[in-house]
Amino acid sequence: MSLEAPPSGWIHKKIARDEKGWIIAATVVCIAMFFWMILWHVYGKQNPSSVTYYTTPEEFTSLTNSFIEQNQIGEDNGIPVVMPKPESDVFLLAQMWRWSSVIVLKKDEWYKFHISSKDVMHGFSVQPINMNFMVFPNYDYVLDFKPNKTGEYMIVCNEFCGIGHHLMIGKIVVIEDENELANYGY
Amino acid sequence: MSTFRTCDITGFKVDNTTEKLFRLNAVFAVVSLLIAALGAILLVFTRWQDFHVLSSPWYYRIIGLHGVNALVFWIVFFEIAGLYFGSTVVLNSRFCAPKLGWLSFILMATGFILTDVMILSGNADVTMTSYVPLKAHPLYYLGIILFAVGALIGVGLFFGNAALAKKEGKVGKTLPLFTYALMAAAIIAVLTLLSGALVYVPTFLWSLGLVESIDPAWYRLVWWGFGHSAQQINVCAMVGIWYLSVRLVLGGSSINEKVSRVAFLFYILFISIASAHHLLVDPAVSSTWKVWNTSYAMYLAVLASMIHAFAVPSSMEAAQRRLGHNKGLFDWLIKLPWGNPAFSSITLAIIGFGFIGGITGVIYGMEQTNIIVHNTLAIVGHFKGTVVIGTTLTFMGITYYLVPLMFRRKIVAFKLAKIQPWMFFFGIALLAIGMIALGMFGIPRRHYDIAFTGGPFTYDFNLASGFVWVLFGLGGILSFLSMLIWILIIVVSVFFGPRVNGPQDMQLAIAAPLGEETTPHKRKYEAPGTLVLTIIFLVTFLVFYFLNWKWLAAIWEIQ
Repeated sequence: MSLEAPPSGWIHKKIARDEKGWIIAATVVCIAMFFWMILWHVYGKQNPSSVTYYTTPEEFTSLTNSFIEQNQIGEDNGIPVVMPKPESDVFLLAQMWRWSSVIVLKKDEWYKFHISSKDVMHGFSVQPINMNFMVFPNYDYVLDFKPNKTGEYMIVCNEFCGIGHHLMIGKIVVIEDENELANYGY
Repeated sequence: MSTFRTCDITGFKVDNTTEKLFRLNAVFAVVSLLIAALGAILLVFTRWQDFHVLSSPWYYRIIGLHGVNALVFWIVFFEIAGLYFGSTVVLNSRFCAPKLGWLSFILMATGFILTDVMILSGNADVTMTSYVPLKAHPLYYLGIILFAVGALIGVGLFFGNAALAKKEGKVGKTLPLFTYALMAAAIIAVLTLLSGALVYVPTFLWSLGLVESIDPAWYRLVWWGFGHSAQQINVCAMVGIWYLSVRLVLGGSSINEKVSRVAFLFYILFISIASAHHLLVDPAVSSTWKVWNTSYAMYLAVLASMIHAFAVPSSMEAAQRRLGHNKGLFDWLIKLPWGNPAFSSITLAIIGFGFIGGITGVIYGMEQTNIIVHNTLAIVGHFKGTVVIGTTLTFMGITYYLVPLMFRRKIVAFKLAKIQPWMFFFGIALLAIGMIALGMFGIPRRHYDIAFTGGPFTYDFNLASGFVWVLFGLGGILSFLSMLIWILIIVVSVFFGPRVNGPQDMQLAIAAPLGEETTPHKRKYEAPGTLVLTIIFLVTFLVFYFLNWKWLAAIWEIQ
């Protein structure tokens, strides 16, 4: 009993067949979920990366600045627009309360993103596909992305980063052909 | 020398110190809950941007206020009261060190006031998680530390009380299941509060300028050792109350106590580091680390909850069948005392905890599916299911018993009390499901303006979200009203309610224990109705499981 000590012999009481059946079913589901995560690394196509480098805000800022210099093709509302080559490194710096550049990507091509913060933690949330990762200062999170659809995507910050948190929005544009750039005003 | 009274309703001896400290902690719990609820309604009407009542600085401030009062102060004050109750009254024993009990309370009360004052004065706009390098005023961290130290002393007193009861021969070899559950909660509380000290003490020193910097990845790792484990204390206490209420209302118990007790052991052994599921999309930790530490190969903490998911309803079913409600699969379910507000609260809490909180929690806590929900409103919807419908509704429900037993007052407006749990359940369910749907659209949590007015770009979230915001708002209003009703009923009862002078004044039944079954039943299954219910649960889980993986598979490729 919940308020009294259990009756003697409680420890030897046989588990009822329905309870036993349920526990076995639940155990199978629990073990399956563990293997599912591992199998998704083998057969699935969406897996967080395990690659992170230590960095500093100074180092990452200078990496980002030279990345922008090499790849800039224009400007959008005061924010540089860059078009890196497929398979290349992309540096994205988050800071209160902006993303360092608008990035133009090609559909079905891989890009190696490096994401870090200049100040506090931020959240890298790409909409409307709803893909979310954390951004830390002092850590360079390396994530390989391959966009599967053309169009305009927004980078929303979804980790509270101070009083202007809700002003922090960036952009990624995915194109198939460079002719499409004009559609976005670039 | 401790003095006590013998309860004329339950026959338990109630130590005077326990009674006083219980009452004080419970009152502070309700005050914290009121602050949390007032914050909540402001947040609902701010996020629902047709109203947008708060300014942005106040929105972020109230986010912190609501979080820390709802998730820390309300729950821990209540749990300390519960730990004292479970380690003295239930064991017919005395309070081991009254002076330390007072010290614990004074520290907790000071910490509570200091923290809330720092938040409201704008000195701690860091939200509840206070991720470094966001920095608050040192007194904010000090407030949390004082509260945690007080709580740690309270947990220590629980162990002291239990040891004293054992020494004085008040308990035999085995603790009652309710106290056993509290013991599990207390053990997890020690681990939790030590993690809290490990993260808040250096952060406090850093805010004073005595420590140069705090590593953000380290902070998140250790903070969640505190933040998540804290919720596991709630789960143990809550499930303990579920078993307690089956005993109080029906006289029944777990159909196999060994199974229930092993499940609590799993919580202790496997939850602390499983807080890794908060770091699934973080840099600095690898996939191997994430997959292993969220699951230990077989999700044993989840399994523990699955075991209780059968054990608690089957204890109701077995008791009901012995009481004569033996027709078909669900006669026992229909004939449950749904008009008893404590019982309805607890049963609704079980449903909400499982179907809303549990299903989403397990799916969102897997490494890859976390990508499509992390830091969206879906996460908040998940823990509205676990902490608000699960823990808070359970605690609110059992209070309907504790007011007459420990405050010796009748419940006023009893008819209103009967409908209050249903209002709260439907309100929070609507709010939580609304949040989960909004999170599916990608709408972030803790965000003042999802139209990004004043930002370099604007964005319109899925147009269907407009309709969901209305559901969210209605859920918020309904649950806020029922919360106010509960607080009013409890406060008026405690201070002005008619006195309870004996069993004739009890509005809620206390059943005699059913004891061992002498003549074995002839059913093939112990609890066939429960088995059907749990299968429905499992099927619902699997449907949402595969839907989420399907949604994940539609996004960009990531490696």
